[in-house]
Amino acid sequence: MLAQAQKAIRERCGLIRFDNVGLRYGLEPEVLSDVSFHIPAQSFQFLTGPSGAGKTSLLRLLFMSLRPTRGQITLFGKDVLSLDRHEMPMLRRRIGVVFQDFRLLSHMTIFENVALPLRVRGKEVASYRRDVSELLDWVGLGDKLNALPPVLSGGEKQRVAIARALIDQPEILLADEPTGNVDPPMARRLLRLFIELNRSGTAVVIATHDLGLMEQVDARRMILSNGHLDVFG
Amino acid sequence: MSGQDTQPLPPASPIVPPGNIAGQAMALVVAIMSFLACLTVGGVSLVGQSAATWQSQISREATVQIRPARDFDIETALAEAQAIAADYDGVRSARIIDREETLGLLEPWLGSGLGLDELPVPRLVVITIDETAPPDFAGMRAAITEAVPNATLDDHRAWVGRLVAMARTTTLAGLAVLALVMVALVMTVVFATRGALAGNHDVIEVLHFVGARAGFIARQFERRFLIIGLQGAAAGGLAAVAVFLVTGFWASRNLTSAETEQLSAFFGDFSMGAVAYVGVGLVVVLVGTLTMVTTRVTVLRVLYEIDEKRADPSL
Repeated sequence: MLAQAQKAIRERCGLIRFDNVGLRYGLEPEVLSDVSFHIPAQSFQFLTGPSGAGKTSLLRLLFMSLRPTRGQITLFGKDVLSLDRHEMPMLRRRIGVVFQDFRLLSHMTIFENVALPLRVRGKEVASYRRDVSELLDWVGLGDKLNALPPVLSGGEKQRVAIARALIDQPEILLADEPTGNVDPPMARRLLRLFIELNRSGTAVVIATHDLGLMEQVDARRMILSNGHLDVFG
Repeated sequence: MSGQDTQPLPPASPIVPPGNIAGQAMALVVAIMSFLACLTVGGVSLVGQSAATWQSQISREATVQIRPARDFDIETALAEAQAIAADYDGVRSARIIDREETLGLLEPWLGSGLGLDELPVPRLVVITIDETAPPDFAGMRAAITEAVPNATLDDHRAWVGRLVAMARTTTLAGLAVLALVMVALVMTVVFATRGALAGNHDVIEVLHFVGARAGFIARQFERRFLIIGLQGAAAGGLAAVAVFLVTGFWASRNLTSAETEQLSAFFGDFSMGAVAYVGVGLVVVLVGTLTMVTTRVTVLRVLYEIDEKRADPSL
């Protein structure tokens, strides 16, 4: 009964829903004002806007690393503001995040970095060894399982970060400037990865200011400007 | 063909980075503080042990002092006092310090070749007492004074009282020093652990954002830092035990020299009792427990800061 009700809420609200969300740091003017949108399941969207428009802040609100000053955020049918801290890990497991600075653990191999979300869920290596290897093959790093992050190029690190975000098949992937550190061919290759991922059922939100990248895909565009959000498509 | 088929995987790396400078520095600081704490435990145990020995040694004897007087047969008076004392229950023996021994006792002050008959030197009867069942000193004093009016009985109570007070003061001072050292140890372990953890905030953050529960993250760090803390504490404890053994060995080999005789009069043979070794064990256990608790509290606080403080835009 409860599951059915939650499913109904999700279908109505999408995976994530923002209602009149405002955000200000300290006593500064609002960086986000009356932001309202929803992210449907299996959707693909770009989040864009000029530098300093609040893209990273919006992404932080999306993965619960920041609380709004006002308004309501609903994540998988749950009001974020009334969430208990202990419930957050279970919700975070349903969200894959690719950080702009990758945040790979430099003492761990590529394989171990990608497998980290599975390891923290208590899974044994034997149960995920093949999946991790195949995912690294898919992102073109199948021959670097035992390499350490410091020896990788920016693009390779980016792909490792993407693979780590995807390994537990999240319902939604958030990527902050995923092509910011790579050359155009690599950017196109990463975009193809995201499209393929989306086709397999994961909702994708890519924060970018790379117009060239956005022109390659016919997708929703969420444009931030002066703290206000406009959604096209 | 997957990469897995071509590349064998090495053993899994620990989630917390194994060795780094902060970890080594923490182990060194913990080792030094544990060493000092163990030495203090040993020192306090030695002082406590010696104080108890002084007290029991001095309360084992009493003395009858007989002053000479004109037309007074001191030898008869000594024999009489000895006989009265020896007759009491709780007296193991009563021995007259004879003329030669008395001269020997006076020699350092008055020189040799002294004629005892020419000087009004008091004579002594040393009474050895059964500590567990001491005699009735009041009755003995009255009997001896009645028989020999020139005699006084000194049961060393004044000395024992002073020594007990000194021993208690020394032990209390030792315990106060121990308390200070333990507080310093606790603070050092706490700050060294927090300092070493500061370099791992990025690891905590990554684990947090890939959905690890707080308890899982805390356990990873607890294990790692428990090992570092125990390594440091064990090294400090073993060094202290080595100092105990070397000091005891040195003292036993040099007990005949004048300096060590004086030292051993105060501190016995420098051998540490079981209390000192149990104390070393307790210091190691304390450091291990402190390290674990500090690690857990610090990791949980970092997670709290990520979720509550850094997530609060008003701060």
